[in-house]
Amino acid sequence: MASITDLTLAELRDALREKKISAAETTDAYLGAIEKAGELNAFVTVTADNAREMAKASDDKLAKGDGGDLEGVPLGIKDLFCTEGVLTTAGSHILDGFKPVYESTVTANLWRDGAVCLGKLNMDEFAMGSSNETSFYGNVINPWRRKGDDTALTPGGSSGGSAASVAAHLCAAATGTDTGGSIRQPASLTATVGVKPTYGRCSRWGIVAFASSLDQAGPIARDVRDAAIMLKSMAGHDPKDSTSIDRPVPDYEAVLGASLKGLKIGIPKEYRLDGMPEEIEALWSQGADWLKDAGCEMVDVSLPMTKYALPVYYIVAPAEASSNLARYDGVKYGHRTKDFDDILSMYENTRAEGFGDEVKRRILIGTYVLSAGYYDAYYLRAQKVRKKIFDEFTDAFEKCDLLLTPSAPSAAFGLGEKTDDPVQMYLNDVFTVTGNLAGLPGASVPAGLDAQGLPLGLQLLARPFDEETLFKGMYALEQAAGFEARPENWWVG
Amino acid sequence: MSEPRKLLKGSTGDWEVVVGLEVHAQVSSKAKLFSGASAEYGAGPNENVSLVDAAMPGMLPVINKFCVEQAIRTGLGLNAKINLWSRFDRKNYFYPDLPQGYQISQYKDPIVGEGEIEIEVESGETIPIGIERLHLEQDAGKSIHDLAPNESFVDLNRSGVALMEIVSKPDMRSAEEGAAYFSKIRTIVRHLGTCDGNMEEGSMRADVNVSVCPAGNYQKYRETGDFKYLGTRTETKNVNSIRFTRQVIDYEARRQIEILESGGTIDQETLLFDPATGETRTMRSKEDAHDYRYFPDPDLLPLEFSQEWVDEIKASLPELPDQKKHRFMEEYGLSAYDASVLAMHRAQAAYFEAVANGRDGKLAANWVTGELFGALNKADKEIGDSPISAGQLGSLIDLIKDGTISGKIAKDVFALMFDGEETGDPADIVEKRGLKQVTDTGAIEKVVDEIIAANPKQAEQVKEKPKTMGWFVGQVMQKTGGKANPQAVNEILRKKLGVE
Repeated sequence: MASITDLTLAELRDALREKKISAAETTDAYLGAIEKAGELNAFVTVTADNAREMAKASDDKLAKGDGGDLEGVPLGIKDLFCTEGVLTTAGSHILDGFKPVYESTVTANLWRDGAVCLGKLNMDEFAMGSSNETSFYGNVINPWRRKGDDTALTPGGSSGGSAASVAAHLCAAATGTDTGGSIRQPASLTATVGVKPTYGRCSRWGIVAFASSLDQAGPIARDVRDAAIMLKSMAGHDPKDSTSIDRPVPDYEAVLGASLKGLKIGIPKEYRLDGMPEEIEALWSQGADWLKDAGCEMVDVSLPMTKYALPVYYIVAPAEASSNLARYDGVKYGHRTKDFDDILSMYENTRAEGFGDEVKRRILIGTYVLSAGYYDAYYLRAQKVRKKIFDEFTDAFEKCDLLLTPSAPSAAFGLGEKTDDPVQMYLNDVFTVTGNLAGLPGASVPAGLDAQGLPLGLQLLARPFDEETLFKGMYALEQAAGFEARPENWWVG
Repeated sequence: MSEPRKLLKGSTGDWEVVVGLEVHAQVSSKAKLFSGASAEYGAGPNENVSLVDAAMPGMLPVINKFCVEQAIRTGLGLNAKINLWSRFDRKNYFYPDLPQGYQISQYKDPIVGEGEIEIEVESGETIPIGIERLHLEQDAGKSIHDLAPNESFVDLNRSGVALMEIVSKPDMRSAEEGAAYFSKIRTIVRHLGTCDGNMEEGSMRADVNVSVCPAGNYQKYRETGDFKYLGTRTETKNVNSIRFTRQVIDYEARRQIEILESGGTIDQETLLFDPATGETRTMRSKEDAHDYRYFPDPDLLPLEFSQEWVDEIKASLPELPDQKKHRFMEEYGLSAYDASVLAMHRAQAAYFEAVANGRDGKLAANWVTGELFGALNKADKEIGDSPISAGQLGSLIDLIKDGTISGKIAKDVFALMFDGEETGDPADIVEKRGLKQVTDTGAIEKVVDEIIAANPKQAEQVKEKPKTMGWFVGQVMQKTGGKANPQAVNEILRKKLGVE
């Protein structure tokens, strides 16, 4: 048998059920792997003692044969999810020492099903970033390197810790969140499977808010089946989140392998960008051919509003963030400056010290676009375009069942390469933000390697709440791609 | 409505005052608007605070349906348009007692739109006052600055408590009208049970907007809808009594006129009222005004409900003060003023109706508003503590009506009952005390004859000065212990004294 940490979540789940291995030894194996992978900086907090306790409890349940769907499976949790009694940082200095007295609904669902918490995963500060370089806890390093080159690369972001730890087999799977592409882009850069479900599918309760109308939790996993298992556990209606939708959660695993005959796949021509690497364009065509071979029909669709998606996103998301982040004022929890003489200087210095540059930039943009005299020109206009983007997708889904696009405009890039130019950084999300603006489910599936040996992903988008068709398509892509490459274990120290 | 009422004299000419009120009424609800925490008054500091109220990371608001229902009830009570689609917005500003850094309120799309209510002023006039809107919002917490020299404390018990903000149109034209409006709003919400109206506990307070303009300008504003005809207004925050409202308007109108007449201009500022001095002082100037950066709260879906639900709520409403007032006017023939005085308080209205039922409504109203309210007032008692029941007062009126006793005797019996010297049926009291009116003309004639005989001089005089007949009436009443029927006494005297 392969080493425990090389088992997929599905294989591990079955092995645990069949008592071929114990939850305790599984957890120990992962804790060992994490310990050796310090160089990747994927974890902010490792909850080793807590993990061992949870594993022991899982073994008791497994012994009695009443384990849950994820019994004994060790997971990593993006540090945006509040976890009871465990430091929750959102990658920010301003949440110093913050230990919630409550558990987010999504993580509570995972623990309900028996999963084991290994710790909290590094991320861009408040999920604002596409390279994990805005984290107060330092950047995460991608396990993948260019062929014959040991330049440190970014795993993408903001769920960089999640993607890197899944790619490096430091956990069986991880949670992520996706506001503009923060699950799908890092999945693409690390050869993992990342799913952003329909807005409202997973509860936002207990997830530190970035942009409330866009934020959505989802899994990052090693393959499509693992992602399906994870999402089933994470999803579900939550009366504590007014935007969560009361719909039954289907068994996504059950649809894997179902026939795609007659399914129509839309290819939106506006996703063909100037200057996009040829390899990505070629992979995209390859993906279309794979789906055609699986019985799908290709349809050309047009989404002319696509070019406005990023500008709209960079108005709506910062606007909401500027308000959502107002609560970090040093009064109630987290960091408080020592340097103040009155309430105003306390606010100003706390926030100046506590927030990093990218977060400050977005608070400034958000405050600006909501200001008297600018609201109509920016925020209101952006909302109108957002509605048009949604309508355009609705029309497109009259003609097709899924949309196929690249996941990201480039493979993993070097640390520091784009930090000087925020707009270059923002372009990472060009293919993914549309899904957030329209609330659609979308996923990135590893599809191939570029000439330098770095992974590239393909994205599928589906109708709202049609994750089942999404998973069918993902599985077909995965089967056709037969992607088996793995990064070298260079980080094992 | 449009003629310049209540002109204020200045040294350069006449001025008009224009008043608008924003009344904040706490919804009578056990739980807060979005958090489910208790909204009960009187808990220890920070005892009624949920994770949502404290704005912990990742916490989300969920609307309290009961509070929505109370807002709809109140809107219906204000004869206002209920909006089946409304939305919550965030009002952003930093303050330690506002943990989220924003207040969830309704900005562009309130749950209740335009309406109109009536107010009554002492002259007896009834004035319609327009309602601009009613919206739901969260209250903030409380900052406490006087517990320590260098520290401030925050109590979040009120943070997230549901408020209805009721905004009037600038339709009030005097301190009296402003006070009457505030009082009327309080009466309406109390009738509806949507707010307890308890100002001491902070359940109700008003932001009072006052401006002055040269006489005649208000009319121009009414004709054109152009606010330029009105003066610059000041807003005095958190006025927590009807008396203070009156004082604020009086003080502000005078202050503004003095400034304008001495060549100054009014700053559009936010003021605070100091009850100790009766004056207002600046809280913040226009330059310091916040840009609240309102935008729709993305954590909440638009608030939508059906007309059927509104109709159901409407069907469950009690009779409202104005409806009651109009019914009293029609059914009992009361004046607008009397009808309004009686209709405004539920217990008083019920008492009056019990007295008036099957009787002369006007007479009943006179007894209730005159004798009874006067006595209660003097004794500092509420209607619920009245020593005289509605049944007793009704019987007393019956005794007047059927001539058993005169109005004067009735007042004596009333006083006996009120002071607790007599209890039970007034008819028995009259019987027992021998207070029955003497209508036997023979008996009265006998007394009259005796008096005329004993006072021949006066009897002569009466023919020249008929007004002096009153002296004879007094004599007769004295002799009969007040029991003689006054009408009969007058008739007999006139006949015997030869007065036309």
